Amino acid sequence: MANTILKKERLIPGQTSKLVIHAPHIAAKAKPGNFVILRVNEKGERIPLTIADTDKEHGTITIVYLVLGKSTALLEELNEGDAILDLCGPLGKATHIRTGGTIICVGGGTGIAAMHHIAKGHHEAGNHVVAIIGARSKDLLLFEKELKSFCPEVLISTDDGSYGHKGLVTELLKDRLEKDTTVTEVVAVGPVPMMAAVARTTEPFGVYTTVSLNSIMVDGVGMCGACRVTVGGETRFACVDGPEFDGHKVDFAELRQRLAAFSPMEKQSYEHHCRCKCNDKK
Amino acid sequence: MTKSRKETAPRVPMPNQPADERRRNFDEVALGYTREMAMQEAQRCLQCKKPKCVKGCPVEVPIPQFIAELAKGDVEKAYQVIKSTNSLPAVCGRVCPQEIQCEGACILGVKAEPVAIGRLERFVADEYMHMDACDLITAKPECPLIDEEKKVACIGSGPSSLTVAGYLASRGCKVTVFEALHEVGGVLVYGIPEFRLPKEKIVAKEVNALRELEVEFVTNFVGGKTFSIQDLFDQGYKAVFIGVGAGLPKFLRIPGENFNGVFSANEYLTRVNLGRAYDFPNYDTPIIRGRKVTVYGGGNVAMDAARTAQRLGAESVHIVYRRTADAMPARHEEIEHAVEEGIHLEVLANPVEFRGDERGCLTSVLLQRMELGEPDASGRRSPKPIPGNTYELETDLAVIAVGTNPNPVLLENEPDLKLNKWGYIQADETTGETSIPNVFAGGDIVTGAATVILAMGAGRRAAREIARRLGIPE
Repeated sequence: MANTILKKERLIPGQTSKLVIHAPHIAAKAKPGNFVILRVNEKGERIPLTIADTDKEHGTITIVYLVLGKSTALLEELNEGDAILDLCGPLGKATHIRTGGTIICVGGGTGIAAMHHIAKGHHEAGNHVVAIIGARSKDLLLFEKELKSFCPEVLISTDDGSYGHKGLVTELLKDRLEKDTTVTEVVAVGPVPMMAAVARTTEPFGVYTTVSLNSIMVDGVGMCGACRVTVGGETRFACVDGPEFDGHKVDFAELRQRLAAFSPMEKQSYEHHCRCKCNDKK
Repeated sequence: MTKSRKETAPRVPMPNQPADERRRNFDEVALGYTREMAMQEAQRCLQCKKPKCVKGCPVEVPIPQFIAELAKGDVEKAYQVIKSTNSLPAVCGRVCPQEIQCEGACILGVKAEPVAIGRLERFVADEYMHMDACDLITAKPECPLIDEEKKVACIGSGPSSLTVAGYLASRGCKVTVFEALHEVGGVLVYGIPEFRLPKEKIVAKEVNALRELEVEFVTNFVGGKTFSIQDLFDQGYKAVFIGVGAGLPKFLRIPGENFNGVFSANEYLTRVNLGRAYDFPNYDTPIIRGRKVTVYGGGNVAMDAARTAQRLGAESVHIVYRRTADAMPARHEEIEHAVEEGIHLEVLANPVEFRGDERGCLTSVLLQRMELGEPDASGRRSPKPIPGNTYELETDLAVIAVGTNPNPVLLENEPDLKLNKWGYIQADETTGETSIPNVFAGGDIVTGAATVILAMGAGRRAAREIARRLGIPE
């Protein structure tokens, strides 16, 4: 059945999970950089999630999410064999893949999963891909094994030093850019402050930097304009003009503000959900 | 009854929900005629030999014939007559700009008020909403035998596609309608609010009538993304109709436009209508409930957004428009309803800047006072700013309803589709055929933002041509 969860892996228990979903129509067309919009149930909202991997042969797509609010909490309640009510995609522009040179793909937190698909696309196009991934500590690191399966180099940093370099991904990136002049592009996917920091790090080196933006979306097909972001002084829509943009031109401060637009309501919705669940248990 | 008496009879007024009640609920504003009212109004029709009203109707409903049946009390026959050319009468009876179409052409309107054709259509359609049977639609005792070989695909599920689907399915074609969103109906669902067009009672029933004709609806499928036009031909579809709407919202391009609290009308209405945000947190889609709301634009969409904000509990709602109220493109009835509900028309005013607080939340708007200048080439007096005359209006929710640009999703991915100078799809005026053979287009993606009924008219023309090519007799 379409949209059935074939495999669920709790990557970080209670926080981050990976779903392999049967979606042959989407898998057939999906390219690195694309995302889906899904709705868990009849009363659910439409939320965008980046495609972390596809398997055209088996007709599946992989998504990874962080439980943040009610919608992701509902998703977390689904198990193998359950179906997601609505799943729409692949949406957004695919990653623009240039060939030749070294590509550094930087991923942070849940963004590592989305970065994985982009890195894979660069690898399949014949590029030399270096992955730099970071998390707060070792247990929170995602997709290390997957990235190591095709990236000749995977550099790791943790905030607490429990694994790899103690510090930030940008330190590893800066170090690398100083030593390596073959780098033609840097791709960054992760929390907004991380992407902004990556863009600041690469700027003095003049290396083109792609960031994948996780704006708020409703329809995801260019209708509503909720995902608008200022790039190079112009308003662009992350869903149809992106989600990837030139990191040196994105107004990250505005993006951060816009991402917080519904936070009081998201909190209210999550609390309402938890209350209802408690009442159900009683 | 003599003709002269008919001419002087007043138009039967439409019962409405009282303004002070309806401004706090999403129930339908106009309550509809009773059978007595409808029959009384039907008596006013002069039954012209050369009816002008039919020419005014984009889908050519045989108006005098249906009114004659209604005047006799045969509502079922009246319904069949309407359905012979109009797939969505309960929708049209509610949202068509009748005053400039059928009713605008009515000869009674010269000296008195025209026949309330739209209200009569609504009454007849509503009487039969509960009966979706094929014989009512096609006047045949059985549903047509669907020929699986005559496969037609519609991209988008708004009024133009639904018209194509209704026309072809009732003539035995196998129609599949692909919709990008999770619910069928296009603008009827995400755009037009519940209080003007009930979703369950009306739109869902009209869609179900099509399901009975074996029309297949596939949701969450995006033309240009999930599938291409070529994919459809590869799957055996003989013709494709593109009715994907206008899409991409226009913004004002003024400072502060990306502050939190500034919405496009599309986003605002989609959250409320499709996402049922009015019932948050029972439904998960959030909405900012503005205290002091400003809406920019003067069309039906602006009226819908303003009246929605009022219903969501706003203290004040201002519609900001740079010309005067009588130049607003919205239907007169909608403006009147909005004003009755307490919405202020802030006319001869133009926004120049949105202002916000340190957290990026909208707090006010700077408006430029306008005056009407000399008539321009189109004969319309164009508004011009009064130098130095600006003022600030407090607002924590701004909704921009100044139109749309062509949505790029399908167009970018189908480079063979020729576009016109405005970026919309170029389609033959009589057949709706595009630059790709057997691919037709109609509605807002061809004309730019227009009305439901014009989209339906385009759908009807395309469907007729598709039927002809599939060898189906008229």
